[in-house]
Parts: sequence; C-alpha cells; structure tokens
Amino acid sequence: MAAADKAPAMRLSFVAALRDAAVTALVAFALFLPLVGFQTVSDFRNELVLVTHGTILFALVAVVAVARLGYALAVAPWMRRRALRPARTAAPWRVAMERYVIPFVIGIVVCYPAIVIATAGMGRAVKWIDNFGVQILIYVMLGWGLNIVVGLAGLLDLGYVAFYAVGAYSYALLAKTFGLSFWILLPLAGCLASFWGILLGFPVLRLRGDYLAIVTLAFGEIIRIVIINFVDLTNGYAGIGGIPRPTFFGIPFNADDDGFAAVFGLEFSPIYRTIFLYYLILGLALLTCWVTVRLRRLPVGRAWEALREDEIACRSLGINTTNTKLTAFAIGAMFAGFAGSFFAARQGFISPESFTFMESATILSIVVLGGMGSQIGVAVAAIAMIGGTEIMRDLGFLKSVFGPTFDPTQYRMLIFGFAMVLIMIWRPRGLISTRAPSVFLKERKRIGADLVGQGHG
Amino acid sequence: MAVFLQQLINGITLGSIYGLIAIGYTMVFGIIGMVNFAHGDVFMVSAFIALIAFLILTSWIGIGSIALALFLVLLVAMVFTSLVNWAIERVAYRPLRGSFRLAPLISAIGMSIFLSNFVQVTQGPRNKSIPPMLHGEYTVFSQGGYDVTLSSKQMVIWLVTAVLLACFWYLVAKTRLGRAQRACEQDQKMAALVGVDVDHTISMTFVIAAALAAVAGTMYLMYYGVVSFSDGFVPGVKAFTAAVLGGIGSLPGAVIGGLLIGLIETMWSAYFSTDYKDVAAFSVLAITLIFLPQGLFGRPDVEKV
Repeated sequence: MAAADKAPAMRLSFVAALRDAAVTALVAFALFLPLVGFQTVSDFRNELVLVTHGTILFALVAVVAVARLGYALAVAPWMRRRALRPARTAAPWRVAMERYVIPFVIGIVVCYPAIVIATAGMGRAVKWIDNFGVQILIYVMLGWGLNIVVGLAGLLDLGYVAFYAVGAYSYALLAKTFGLSFWILLPLAGCLASFWGILLGFPVLRLRGDYLAIVTLAFGEIIRIVIINFVDLTNGYAGIGGIPRPTFFGIPFNADDDGFAAVFGLEFSPIYRTIFLYYLILGLALLTCWVTVRLRRLPVGRAWEALREDEIACRSLGINTTNTKLTAFAIGAMFAGFAGSFFAARQGFISPESFTFMESATILSIVVLGGMGSQIGVAVAAIAMIGGTEIMRDLGFLKSVFGPTFDPTQYRMLIFGFAMVLIMIWRPRGLISTRAPSVFLKERKRIGADLVGQGHG
Repeated sequence: MAVFLQQLINGITLGSIYGLIAIGYTMVFGIIGMVNFAHGDVFMVSAFIALIAFLILTSWIGIGSIALALFLVLLVAMVFTSLVNWAIERVAYRPLRGSFRLAPLISAIGMSIFLSNFVQVTQGPRNKSIPPMLHGEYTVFSQGGYDVTLSSKQMVIWLVTAVLLACFWYLVAKTRLGRAQRACEQDQKMAALVGVDVDHTISMTFVIAAALAAVAGTMYLMYYGVVSFSDGFVPGVKAFTAAVLGGIGSLPGAVIGGLLIGLIETMWSAYFSTDYKDVAAFSVLAITLIFLPQGLFGRPDVEKV
C-alpha cells in the first residue's frame, strides 16, 4: 500500500528532475555558446578569425545537465536523509588518537627530506623537496600570517601580497647594496613590512569589512605600480637578479674550498642548499604558527577575536579597536615580510610579476578554503592547492586525452576561483569547521564554527 | 586651453564607460548590500561577447552597414551578458543570503577569478584587437595650431550612454519593476509582505546591471579596439571607486562619480604622468573612503546595534 503510494510521487519527482535538467542544459548552452562555442584566434595576417568548438560546447552542456540530474536524484535526497539522522559523537578511540596527530604530522614533515632521498634518490630529491616541500611551506606560512588578519581579527585583507613584496624587495636591495647577511636582514625585512602595515593600516582600519577589503586591494596595487615604475630603485619590470643566497652560519653553499660541502667533507651537490632552505622555511612557518597560537591566549589575541565577533560590543567594553586592528595588521604583515625575504633569498631573482593580485587571491583562497581561524585547515588547504598545482604540472596522461596543447596548470586559478564559491555555499566555515575556544570554563570543548561570527570588522 | 578641452572630451568619454559600470555596483550594493567584486569581470566578458558577435556579423554574415552591425552587437552583448550575470546571482550569491557578512564578498572574489580565468582558458591569453569600426574626426576648436577633435566613436559613446541612461531612469522611476526595486532597497521584509517578489526583483537588478555593463563593454571594445581577459580588473576597481565617490547606493551619484573618475584619470595622464594614472584612481578611492565615506550624494551610514 505504502509502496503504491510512493510510486507516482517518485515518477513525478523523476519527471520534475528531468525537466529541471533540461532547463539547466538550455541555460548552460546559452551561457557557453559565445565564449566556448566560438574562439577568436589570430590568423597568419594577424587578423582575428573565429574557430568553432561544437564538441567541447556540447560536452560541457552534457556535463552540466548530468550533474544537475544527479544532484536532483541522488545528492539532494541523500542530504535530506542525512539532515534527519541524529548527530553522531566521535568514538572514544578517535578522541584519544587526536592527541597524537599533530606530533605525528610534525615528525613526518621534519623527516620529509630524508624520506624523499631514501625513496627517490639524491638526483631527483631536489625537485621533490623544492617544488613540494619549500613551495608549499611558503604558502603555509603566508596562509598562517594572513590567518591572523582574516581569521582571527576578521579583517578581509586583499592586499596581503604587498607586504610580501616589501619583505622581498627589502632583502634584495639591502643585501645587494650593503652586503648584509640574510640573518640580519630577515628581522629587518619583517620590521619594514610591519612598518608598512601600520602606515597603510592606520588610515583605513576604521572602515567596514567590505570597504576595507577594496581599499587594501587598492593599496596592494599602488605598491605594485610604484615598484614597476620606480625603475631607479627597483629596476621595474626587469626585476632584481643576483640576490645573495643565505649561508649556513657564514658557510656558503657552493663548490669552493670553503663551501658547505668541502667544510663538512661531503661531495658537492645542490641538494644541501635545498635541504637547508627547507628547514629554514619550516622553522619560519612553525614560528608563525607558534606565535599565533600563543598570541590568541594573550589579551591582544582575545581582543582580536572579540573584535571579529562584535565591534560595537568591543568598543563599549573599552577596547581600543584601532590599536587592536593595527596590531593584527602589523603582525600579519611582519610574517609576510619574513616570507618575502625568504622568497627573495630562495629565488635569487624577484620581479613585480610575483606580486600580483592573483597571488593575494591565492593566499586568501587558502585561508578561506581551509577555514578562517583554523591553523590546521590552512595548512591542509595550502598542501592541497599548491601541491595540487605542482602535481598538475606532471600529469602527462592528460595530454594524451585532451591533445598535446593541453596544459593542466592553466586551469589552476579557474579551479581555485570556483572552489571559493563552492566552499562559501556548502561549508562557509571552510574545510576544518570546528574551532577550539581560546577562553573556556572548566573544560575545553570544541564548538562548531557556525557559532563563531566573522567579518564584522 | 585647447589641451584642456581635448582632455575634457576624452575624460567624459572614459567617464561614461566608468559610469555605466558603476551603476551596476551601486544598484547591487543598494539592494543586497554586497560589493559585487565580479562586476568588472562581467564587463570584460561582455566585451568578449561583443567581439565575437562583431566577428560573426562582419565576417560570416557580412553586414555592410556599420550602424546596423553596432546596434546588433550591442543587443547581443546585452542579452548574453544579462544571462551570465543572472546565472552568477543564482549560483554564487543567492544561496549565501543570510550567511555571514563577508561570505558574498568572498564568493564574488572567487567568481571574479573564475570568470577572468575562464575567458583566458577558452579565448587564449593574448590581446584581441579588431580594426577600428568607425572612422571620422571633427575639429571643434582650434587654437595656436592645436586642433581639438571629437571623433565619431566618442559621439556614439556619448549618444548611446545618454539614451541608455534615459531608458534606465525611466525604468527605475516610472515602472512597476523600478518601484519594486526601490521598495526592496528600503526594506526587503516589508516589501515581501506587501507582495513584492524579492528574489525576482534581485535577479532583475543583476540583469539590468549586466545590461548596462554590456553597453560599457561594447563601447570599450569599439573605442579602444582591443580587449584581453585581464581587462576587467582595473576598470572594475575604477568603476567601484566611481560608485563610492558618488555615494554608494545613489544612481545619479554613480554616473557623476564615473564622469569625475574619467576626468581625474585623463587630466592626471595629461598633466602629470601616465605611469601613475591607476595610482591616482586608487588614491581617490582610499581618500574618499577615509574622509567622505558616504560619498557626494549618498546617505550617511548609520550603525545600529
């Protein structure tokens, strides 16, 4: 009886889903028709001609229609059922395991170069440590730095890369002009970046969240334009090359008699510098994380989070909101400055190309995808996004599917951008959506991030 | 004097384009209180749609009359761009109503990155240039051997902008849709209670914003004859500056702000330095927000607990 009742309803929902998918396909066809169906290319006379891509257009429309149908028939009912299910509590063994997760991960990260050398051999290990280890850790550090500003203080900063640029150019210019060592210039670059953070932050921090975002973006662009046009100092688009590399307590990494390999009686190999850089950025990233975790328990850290929750309440409690925001801005900028000087020392060459808005957007999307305010989430997002990009470079088999001109890396930002939208819709609090409270009574319980307000700054 | 007059003409032309984009920012901000960060990229997409429509009309169908071609290109760009913006609102912004405050902005930033990279992937990263659609220049004033010229392109831009703004004004001030829009702007819940379909009104706001951006995009393509996937970002920020300068939420403010930004930019390039013209526009944004956050025609922002 019940089954007989259900059958027409099912058929109705199936028909409705089909119709819905057909409408979606129609809209998708109209959307993709001009930009995917036709491509403008220059011919041999350098005039624009149109090339049609019917197959790609229909494939895309079909994908959209099937996805919509699948969502209506499978995903949506599943989500409805899941919403009715009572929430499960975590099993006791999982709670017990969680204490060991972080030491375990740190252990793996510390042993990473040894693991890579053991599995891939000396020759190929350089690429793995540099592309995956160092590259990811730079973004982990930048993500953690920006997390102070966006995640803790709730200030959306779209010009974060400007401070990264200040750090990089400070190191490059001071090291080349005055010959100072990396270890003197690292704190100096941090100080300069943080000084710029205060300078730019001071006039704008009383603005509301979305206005603040746009003004920080404007400032970021202004700094980049100045770097491009102030050719006497920064050499403009051409960039600065031959930046001194960091040394191991005064011992350079080169093939000379007083180089690192010779002093320690090893055979010369570029891998020593890479391993040194790896541990250097690992140390800097862990420092960022440690400082953030400690700061959260200090009055200033609590003020940041209070400010993120409710600015008016903060003001009525007598918190100096300008100073509180300014410290968040300055400390976030300082870590960007550290990361910038490391970047300049690692590359040996910097140009304005490395400090575009897209770079800011990448760092922001790492913070957003990971879950604003969550240290682990940011690290996971950085590994997934930057590591994913590096892996995409190596995916040779995709070329055999999509043709020899197919370059997977150009889809990187496309995927990042769409992921930002999807994360905002499905998990607005990011991948890691629980937060440990900084202040608690008796027992520290984890709370859902939905209870944490964000972005009133 | 002659140089100034020439820059005035150029500035008003550029300002009309900024003004048309700025209306999109200010309308969307007025009705749902979000900065539609992707609007600049919608403008860029519209220029590409116009480019493709122009190529289809001239090289495939072979329309001889340039005026008819331009009119059709404008129409096609408006229709398809409206659809794009409608879809963006449905996919990226509507599910986020009632989410935390910065969620729509972050979603819009994601959409902006997506759009510019989508165009880069499908159309290629190179600049796309077309031969000039319109020729003809008229000397309006001459002084000391310097001719102040007004090109037919500029006249078309002025004319189209003026006609579109008149239609737009009629739409907002006189029609049922415009009334619904103004009602939603004041109080969405109350408007819903008296029978205004709020979701539909918001969708239509995005459609109108996109149609005006498409006009700007077509005019941009016609004026400069070149467009690339990254062309949405800087005009977008400048148009946002125009909306803020005019007072965000105020429609006449957006147009006047756009004209002012266009004038500031051309004057700055003519009298100071071309390299730093973007710095000038960005500084105007920062200075306005710091010292005159309500803009020239906006209402002051009252903070309520």
